[in-house]
Amino acid sequence: MKQTRDSIVNIWGDRAPYVGDWPVRVDERTTEAPDHWVQSACILCSNGCGMDIGVKDGRIVGVRGRAVDRVNHGRLGPKGLHAWVANHSSDRLTQPLMRRNGKLEPVSWDEAMEAIVQRSKQICQQHTSGAIGFYTSGQLFIEEYYTLAVIGKAGLGTPHMDGNTRLCTATSAAALKLSFGTDGQPGSYTDLDTTEAILHIGHNIASQQTVLWSRILDRLAGPNPPKLVVIDPRETETTRKADIHLAPRVGTNIPVMNGLLNLIIEAGQINPDYIEAHTVGFQNLKATVAKWTPERVQELTGIPPEKLRAAAEILGSTSTLVSSALQGVYQSMQATAAAVQVNNLHLIRGLIGRPGCAIYQMNGQPTAQNTRECGADGDLPAFRNWDNPEHISQLAQIWNVDASIIPHWTPPTHAMQIIRYAEQGSIKMLWISATNPAVSLPELPRIRRLLAKEDLFVIVQDAFMTETAELADVVLPAAIWGEKTGCYTNVDRTVHISHKAIEPPGEARSDLEIFLDYARRMDFRDKDGAPLIKWSHPEAAFEAWKECTRGRPCDYTGMSYAKLSAGSGIQWPCNDTFPNGTEHLYTDGVFNTSADYCETYGHDLTTGGAVSPEAYKAHDPKGKAFIRAADYEPPHEEPDAEYPLWLTTGRVVYHFHTRTKTGRSQELNNAAPDSFVQISAEDAAKYGIAEGDMIEIESRRGRVIEPARIGNILPGLVFIPFHYGYWDHPGRSRAANELTITEWDPISKQPHYKYAAVRIRKAESAILQDIMPDAKAEVVETVKEMLNLEG
Amino acid sequence: MHVGNYLGLVHQSEQQLADAFSKVADHHGDEPDILQTCQLLSSWSQEHVKALHPLIDRYSEDKSDEPERLSQTLFEAPREGSLALLRDLHDLWLLANEVQLCWIVLLQAAKALRDQELESSCEQFSHQTQRQITWLLTRIKQAAPQSLVVAA
Repeated sequence: MKQTRDSIVNIWGDRAPYVGDWPVRVDERTTEAPDHWVQSACILCSNGCGMDIGVKDGRIVGVRGRAVDRVNHGRLGPKGLHAWVANHSSDRLTQPLMRRNGKLEPVSWDEAMEAIVQRSKQICQQHTSGAIGFYTSGQLFIEEYYTLAVIGKAGLGTPHMDGNTRLCTATSAAALKLSFGTDGQPGSYTDLDTTEAILHIGHNIASQQTVLWSRILDRLAGPNPPKLVVIDPRETETTRKADIHLAPRVGTNIPVMNGLLNLIIEAGQINPDYIEAHTVGFQNLKATVAKWTPERVQELTGIPPEKLRAAAEILGSTSTLVSSALQGVYQSMQATAAAVQVNNLHLIRGLIGRPGCAIYQMNGQPTAQNTRECGADGDLPAFRNWDNPEHISQLAQIWNVDASIIPHWTPPTHAMQIIRYAEQGSIKMLWISATNPAVSLPELPRIRRLLAKEDLFVIVQDAFMTETAELADVVLPAAIWGEKTGCYTNVDRTVHISHKAIEPPGEARSDLEIFLDYARRMDFRDKDGAPLIKWSHPEAAFEAWKECTRGRPCDYTGMSYAKLSAGSGIQWPCNDTFPNGTEHLYTDGVFNTSADYCETYGHDLTTGGAVSPEAYKAHDPKGKAFIRAADYEPPHEEPDAEYPLWLTTGRVVYHFHTRTKTGRSQELNNAAPDSFVQISAEDAAKYGIAEGDMIEIESRRGRVIEPARIGNILPGLVFIPFHYGYWDHPGRSRAANELTITEWDPISKQPHYKYAAVRIRKAESAILQDIMPDAKAEVVETVKEMLNLEG
Repeated sequence: MHVGNYLGLVHQSEQQLADAFSKVADHHGDEPDILQTCQLLSSWSQEHVKALHPLIDRYSEDKSDEPERLSQTLFEAPREGSLALLRDLHDLWLLANEVQLCWIVLLQAAKALRDQELESSCEQFSHQTQRQITWLLTRIKQAAPQSLVVAA
């Protein structure tokens, strides 16, 4: 056993104060001495830390950070150091299962795949491929997503394919497209090494990307530390380090951002030359935000004017700035509109395309960027525009198919709409890979009901018997990270290769093998009668993907497995012009907005109405960035007399997703074994709640029971982490999404997990009231006393 | 001088559109985006109706029951399901275009009258009506293939 640091106790490690070059520190945790190391990258958040997998006798025995890696300089966080044990968990799925007489029973791969193929063909014949949907992940590799995208778009020809990235990062993509013309993060993690100021909005980075936060902590401890502004309704490890912490009421990101932009514009802290040369839309922004005086902002957000001014002073005067946004923006009201205001801040001050200046419209998941790039979500491969016939014909040419098979008459169907079609019965087969919607989608009672429907054929491809797999008709055991080779791309466009280190357990197969097998059995052909999918192993899939990206913003053509294996992370675009990759996009102030190049023609920021190609071309910005303004729209559900409190959801540092991996690490699980509800001391006093009391939280959609944690949150707001489901804890209703709302952002279609109206009461009282609904208060009190209950 | 005729027409048409958006929101409450967007767009039309009053006072409107008859013809009985949703959006689109045409006609008159207040009102309302139409068309195009080709 070797452990260079205890990341459970000391999450971010010891400080290495710096400015300029971030010192190397190699974090390692192995249970035995490995006989060899295999190159990989961490897959437990979107940061993309380079890591090596330690292998002994065909088993993973630990991991260590890669000192040479540009992302982490050797460091790893608690999830990365611990969750690899899940690979060898005794409850891995090792053979295919099929539902017979209501029970999932082991079958051969042949039986399982033939059943899927037979059902696919029958559905296509009776209802068209529009009755088949795919719901994938932010966890697979480029090679797998791209193969799946080609199967869906050029094999079956269904528009219904999306990833769970819809829940975590769709708004990031939408905001980047709307401002800059295509997806793609403008900056680089290295910008943190020199920047003078940092803004985090709705992004508890200390909890989400622990290694990136270490980088910031080391800057804060060093000479010339950056000023830190954090916007978050809760008090967190991130806000505790802030120079200015703005704590707005839930659902008011637009008033906060508009207020900040207004102060900066009023103070003349803009860059008029940059605005004139490289943007369109500034006057509209100026007119829109002019109404947002600090006093008006305070009315809606609760933020004192002097604090807003102090934040604006930092953001308006700094000569370099790194901003990041995440779920507090993406999963809240006016998600895309608010995320775009972060882009606006950089555009009006000209803080983009140079060292020290970055916008991280963060991703949640390790390979979410690839879901978006490869077209396994509601986008087309390599950031092509579904509304541009030329882009469709490029894809038709690459795949050697007739353009008409590629569904492009409307935008690809987003996840919440796929679910709705399944609920209504027009989608009859839903293939779910590497994601757990029975815990992660909003309004779980509805999701469980529809996944269990008789007329919906559900395929679940996963490594574990998740809450979703329990409801499947066919379960396919999947190989995971460490058991297969492939590439993935992190937030700052760094592409890593992850080599196969060990064999998968039992009969489990990689997602790539499963998709390839399906394509073979379905006998998808190109227009010359040759097999549609022309690759049979990961490297060949990567080569095919490279061709698809040629000339597009995410150009991979300069990369290869050999080159990726020889180094430790390359940032796209990487091609003949930039053979070593690219740190900053838009260095010349020319953006990807030209009508023939852009990924979208844009949307109305309020309604989501799509701008027509004709309208876009009439005002072709030809490389100028869009400055887009939005006014405030109140959340669709607000606390009232019946449900008087706000609920918001989020993460804890030790877990990822629905804990399918992290919950199987004893150390991580011991560090955060159960869900909880966080409430303010004021509300605790009001409801007579003590630390640890079991509390019932109820919304219009469902109820959960959680132990109470008191403090570090605004009065009127309660918080429940979203990780906890039922696979290891059947019984108590505890998944936060029992309570959340089925609704989504009009542009990114990302669900609104960050607000719902709820009411709370002590669970004992709840049970008594449920048993004796008509009992008078005195009777309830007497029973409580008899049972020796308090409160 | 028939400006009052069109003011009456647009007044009633906007009211019909506001009512229709809110009715469609109610009928399709299981589609959250329809519910919320239609409620929002209904409020836009309602604001137009309110903002029309000073202009109506100035030009005195001719009351018209045409818009009411039109919307009665369009939205027959309450309809449910995916094809019904498409048909309801379709009818909203027709009503919204009726409103839009009224604004275009009135804008022409405003220019000839050199009435800057009427002109800027028409431009502003026409812009918002266009946003309503754009959203409707976006949603109609999205719903059409599944409703017509796949759904039972």
